[in-house]
Amino acid sequence: MTTVLDRLNSALHHAMQTDERVYVLGEDILDPYGGAFKVTRGLSTAFPERVLTTPISEAAIVGVASGMALRGLRPVAEIMFGDFVTLIADQIVNHAAKFRWMYNDQVRVPLVVRTPMGGRRGYGPTHSQSLEKMFLGVPGLRVVAPNALGDPGQLLEAAIADDDPVLFVEHKLLYTRPLLQASQGDLTDFEIQPSGEIYPTYVLRFTNYGSPIAGYHYTEKHHLTLACYGYNFELVRQAALELLMEREIFCEIVLFSQLSPFALDPLLDSLERTRRLLTVEEGGLTLGWGAEILARVAESGVQANMRRVAALDLPIANSKPLEDAILPSVEAIFHAALELCEA
Amino acid sequence: MPENYALFRSMLLIRRFEERLLAEFSTGKLVGTTHAYIGQEANAAGIFSVTDPGDVVFSNHRCHGHFLAYGGDPYRLAAELMGKTSGLVGGRGGSQHIHWRNFYSNGIQGGILPVATGMALAEKVNKTGKIALAFLGDGTLGEGALYESLNIASLWSLPILFVVENNRYAQTTPIELAVAGTITGRFSAFGITALERDTSDVLEVQAAALEAVGSVRRNGRPVGLILHTYRFSAHSKGDDVRDLAEIARAREKDPLLIHAPRLSDAERDRAESEVAAAIADAFARADADPFPNPESLITDH
Repeated sequence: MTTVLDRLNSALHHAMQTDERVYVLGEDILDPYGGAFKVTRGLSTAFPERVLTTPISEAAIVGVASGMALRGLRPVAEIMFGDFVTLIADQIVNHAAKFRWMYNDQVRVPLVVRTPMGGRRGYGPTHSQSLEKMFLGVPGLRVVAPNALGDPGQLLEAAIADDDPVLFVEHKLLYTRPLLQASQGDLTDFEIQPSGEIYPTYVLRFTNYGSPIAGYHYTEKHHLTLACYGYNFELVRQAALELLMEREIFCEIVLFSQLSPFALDPLLDSLERTRRLLTVEEGGLTLGWGAEILARVAESGVQANMRRVAALDLPIANSKPLEDAILPSVEAIFHAALELCEA
Repeated sequence: MPENYALFRSMLLIRRFEERLLAEFSTGKLVGTTHAYIGQEANAAGIFSVTDPGDVVFSNHRCHGHFLAYGGDPYRLAAELMGKTSGLVGGRGGSQHIHWRNFYSNGIQGGILPVATGMALAEKVNKTGKIALAFLGDGTLGEGALYESLNIASLWSLPILFVVENNRYAQTTPIELAVAGTITGRFSAFGITALERDTSDVLEVQAAALEAVGSVRRNGRPVGLILHTYRFSAHSKGDDVRDLAEIARAREKDPLLIHAPRLSDAERDRAESEVAAAIADAFARADADPFPNPESLITDH
């Protein structure tokens, strides 16, 4: 069984093997430890010259990587916990993401900053957040999030090959997840359509309507689009299956890989069919990813009833019952979907 | 001797360029802000007289002097300041955000230093033999990113020269209110050698720079070059609260006055006329150039 972690790790090995310009830098990434979440395991053994363990200096890690990128290397910087992106904000916003445009397209900054985000592991208020929303909409920066459906390794290699800076947001709980196989397991009844971009958007639709509920003919009343990214696809998929089995609600799922900037077309196509949208994210609700998605849909003229499921606007508590209540759950998605369909 | 002439001309070009710039601001031809290098010219002229054309430079908000001494075209700089398409970066960056060849600048205090450190790393691993130069002022000594950079540059033995131009004021705040301890101590704490000079004599700066640049290139290790200096004009425009008598005393050590006696009258006249012509030409051409078309702005995915 290949996990998301395995693929990210093998992709880094492959990228370093095939391109001598690729460097990896970050805290505690040397073997035998191999990084806090082991994404960099084995790299320092295989490529000792090109794997640089750093002091606890997040701003410098990204700044140094940015300078390397400006001068033709292809650095991959690891920020040990996504919560620490506040420390790299200046380097991302005022340096890496700006250089290309500010210097009139005369330079490129092929930089990847990888970082694990997300909660549900009881790490408390400063090691559990999903702060990517703070970087959405930063001009010159791509924000990309792998999931267990697409090939996360391919996505990471695409980011490394990208001539522009990419913030690569890995949810911690994804690491141990097995890679999903189309037409297998709980994807059996889904038809999957990837968009053509290097960071694809996937549209998943139930195809074999006869299989779950024989002879059922769905109506527009029971139709809904769930939009999500990253780890939340795991929750959304489960909610979609429960909605189908328990309430005969047919969901389409629009799974984004590129969060910013983003293409809306696959989502709008889906909404033309369903007219209902529920966004699901682990970041806080207010001024978040879903807010922008809903605004764009509203501006597009596509008529749809819309809701958001997100974390409460609170720090992430350490205590499990509190953390569970703060972060979005399958149950919350299920009930929000029901409300939307009954509205 | 030719070297003395080149140094004088380099300083004079900066002086006259900045004077013209400040004049253009007062007539309203230029908008925004600028940070004049007037008074500090010996630093840029001295340093860039000993660097290699392939060396990588990261400068800051007060970058015009560095750029001109680097060999940058005053016309392209003037055009950039006027926001013209012919500017160094097409009018996108303006005074503080320029790029040409291996010269870069950005207007964020401290943030440029890790970037310059990464550039030095790139030169090192690519075995180019080139070094990086990063410019900072006394005000930037307050930024944490500097210390992260010094630490890494020393740990990883990177070929970078950190030039501290201490003009004694961070905008309006005197160094006594902003910098504890010593500037040299900041380097020695990280095991980095630092040279310190309190001079506005371009030959003394040149000698120190030669030693510092040579050390970085030879040893592949970071070096600090601390130059105590003084800016004669305001931090940017109209934000000067310094004692006039203090400014007058500093002007007695004007780098141009110190260096001028080393040239003949004819050489000085020639420098003045060459520089005047270059600047007149630069501003006239820049002024005549078109502004960028806002329709060229695109946002895409």
